[in-house]
Amino acid sequence: MRISPTKFISLLFLVLSVFYLYTAYNIQVFAFDENAPFNARTFPIYLGWAGIILSSLKIILPEKVTTKVNHKHLDYKSIIYLIIISLIYAAVILKIGYFISTSLFLFASYYFLGERKWGLMFILSFPFVAAFMYLLHGLLNIYLRDPFLKFIGVMG
Amino acid sequence: MIEGILIGLSTALSLTNILMVMVGCFAGTIIGMLPGLGPMTAIALMIPITYGFDPSTGLILMAGVYYGAVFGGSTSSILLNAPGIPGTVATAFDGYPMAQQGKAGKALAIAAYSSFAGGTISAIFLLVAAPSLSKVSLAFRSPDYFALMILGLTAISAFSSKGQFLKAMMMVVLGLMLATVGQDSLSDITRFTFNNMNLTDGISFVLIVMATFAMSEALTIIFRGKDPNRAAKQISLTELGSIKVNKEETIKMAKTIPRSSILGFLIGVLPGAGATIASFLAYGMERNYVNEEEKQKFGKGSVHGLSAPETANNAACSGSFVPLLTLGIPGSGTTAVMLGALLGFGIQPGPRLYQTNPEIFWSVIMSMYIGMVVLLILNLPLIPYIARILAVPRNYLIPLILFFSVTGIYLMSFNNFDIFLMIGIALVATFLRLYDFPMPPLILAFVLGGLMEETLRRSLLISDGSPNFLWDRPITLIILLVTITIVGWQIISTFRKKN
Repeated sequence: MRISPTKFISLLFLVLSVFYLYTAYNIQVFAFDENAPFNARTFPIYLGWAGIILSSLKIILPEKVTTKVNHKHLDYKSIIYLIIISLIYAAVILKIGYFISTSLFLFASYYFLGERKWGLMFILSFPFVAAFMYLLHGLLNIYLRDPFLKFIGVMG
Repeated sequence: MIEGILIGLSTALSLTNILMVMVGCFAGTIIGMLPGLGPMTAIALMIPITYGFDPSTGLILMAGVYYGAVFGGSTSSILLNAPGIPGTVATAFDGYPMAQQGKAGKALAIAAYSSFAGGTISAIFLLVAAPSLSKVSLAFRSPDYFALMILGLTAISAFSSKGQFLKAMMMVVLGLMLATVGQDSLSDITRFTFNNMNLTDGISFVLIVMATFAMSEALTIIFRGKDPNRAAKQISLTELGSIKVNKEETIKMAKTIPRSSILGFLIGVLPGAGATIASFLAYGMERNYVNEEEKQKFGKGSVHGLSAPETANNAACSGSFVPLLTLGIPGSGTTAVMLGALLGFGIQPGPRLYQTNPEIFWSVIMSMYIGMVVLLILNLPLIPYIARILAVPRNYLIPLILFFSVTGIYLMSFNNFDIFLMIGIALVATFLRLYDFPMPPLILAFVLGGLMEETLRRSLLISDGSPNFLWDRPITLIILLVTITIVGWQIISTFRKKN
C-alpha cells in the first residue's frame, strides 16, 4: 500500500501530538494546583487531544485534493549547501564575531549559488556588513556582540 | 471638545512638532524595515532622545515613529515576505505575490494609500468617540476574548486553506503547541523545554515568523529553482517601481477601506493583540464580501486582499490609543512602551487626562493624523527606489534574505541556539509548504497562544471549571455561533465539491 505524502505528514503529526500529550500529562504542577480547574497542564492537554483528533481525521478521510510534487524539479544540491553554510555560520557566529562570520556567510552563499563576479560579491559581503553594523551600532546604538572587532579595538 | 481640538491642532501644527513628526516617520520607516525591529523597539529607542523635550513634542515624535515603523514593517512584508511584526503578516498574503508579479511599486503604493485612509478614518473616530468607546473596551471579558480568538483562528484557517481546512487546523494546533514552550505565565512552571535553558523564555515571535516566512520562502525559491513553471520572469524596472494605481484598482480600494477601517478600529479598541487580529479578520471578512472571481485572486495578489489588512492594521493602531489615553490601560506592547514614556513625562493617562492635560490628549490625536499625511508625502516618492530591491538577482537576494533573518534573531538573543532552531523550523516549514500546509494559521495561533491560554484560564477559574462560560454571556455566544457557522460552511462546501 502506498501512502500519500500528505497522509504521511499527518501521521508524523499524530506521533508528535501523542508525544506532546504524554509530555503534557507529565508536567509537574504544584500540589495545591493539582485539582484546580485550570493548571499549567490543562491547555497543553486540550491541544494534544486536538492534534490527535485532527491528524487522525486527515489520515482516515479520503483525500479530496492531492498535492503533486515533481521531485525531479527540486534542487536538493543547492539547498543542502545553503543549509550546511547556515549551520556553520550559526556555529561560529559567537566565536569569531558577527562581522567576520556574516561576511563569510554571504560570500560563500553567493559562490554556492553560482555567482562568480568577485568584486560585487566582495562589496555585498564585507563592506555591506560593515555599513549595516555601523547603522545598528553607530547610529541606532543597538549593541552587537563582536569579540573580534573588540579585540582589534574597532568596537568598544 | 471643539476647544480641545483647536488646542491640539495649534500644538501639533507648530513648526517644531511638524518637524518632529517628519523625523519620526522617516526614522520609524527605516527602523521598521530592519530585521527584528518593530514599532515597540523603535519607540523604545526614542525614549532617551525625548527626555529633554516638552511632553507633547516627545509624544508627537513617538506617534510619528510608530506609524513609520508600521509602514516599514509592511514594506519588508511585501518585498521580502519577511513581516517583522505580527500586525503585518496578513499584508504579505497578497502583497508578496503582487511584488513577485513585478508590481512591487504598486503593492507598496496600495499599502501606503490604504494605511493612510485607514489611519485617517480611525483618527476621526478617535476624535469623536474616544471617551465613549472606552466603555466598549471595558465591556469585553475573558470569555469574549477567548471566543474572539477562536473565531480569528477558525476564520484564517477557512480562508487560507484553499479547500483543505483540516490541514490549516492542524497548523493552528502546531502554532499553539509551539506557543506553550517555555514558562507558564502564571505558575512559572517550565513546559516542553526538555531541560534546555535556551527554551525557558519560550520561542520568540520573530524567530517563528522569520523561519516560516522569510527563510522558508528563500529556501523554497532555491528548492524549486529547476521547476520550469517557476522560472524567473523578466521584470521591467519601470513596471516594478511604478506606483500608478488604475481606476479599477482605486474602486476596489474604495470599497474595501471603509469596512476594514471600522472593523480595525473597533478591534483595536479592545486590549490585546489588536492590530494582528484586526488585520487577519479584515482579510477574512473581505474575502467573504467579494464576488467569486475576486475570491479566487486572494493569495495571488488581490488588491482587496492587500488593502484590507493594511487598512485594518493602521486603524487598529489608532484604536489602541483609546484604552491608553482614556483608561490608562495599554492594549498592546507598543502602547505599553508609550505608557512608560508618558509616565516618564509625569503624565498619568486615564479618564482625567483630557481634563487635566487637554493639550496633550488632543495634540497626540491630531499628530496621528498629521503623521499619516507626512508618511504618505515622504514615502510615496521613495517607493520606486525601495521597490528595486526585487530587481536584485536571485543569487544575491536569497543570501541577503537569509542574512536578514539570522540578524533579526541574533540581535534579540545573542545566542546561536536560536539560529539553529530557526534553521530547523525553516526546513520543516519548507517541506510543509511544498505539500500545501498553510503557514498563516500557524503564525496567528503562535501569536495568540499565550493570550488564549490566559483568557481560558480566567474563564474556567471564574466558572469553577464549568464550560458554561461559553454560553453565559450574549457576546461570547454570538462570536461562537459565527465560528460554528464558518466551520459548518467549510464542511458543506467540502461535501458540495465532492459531489
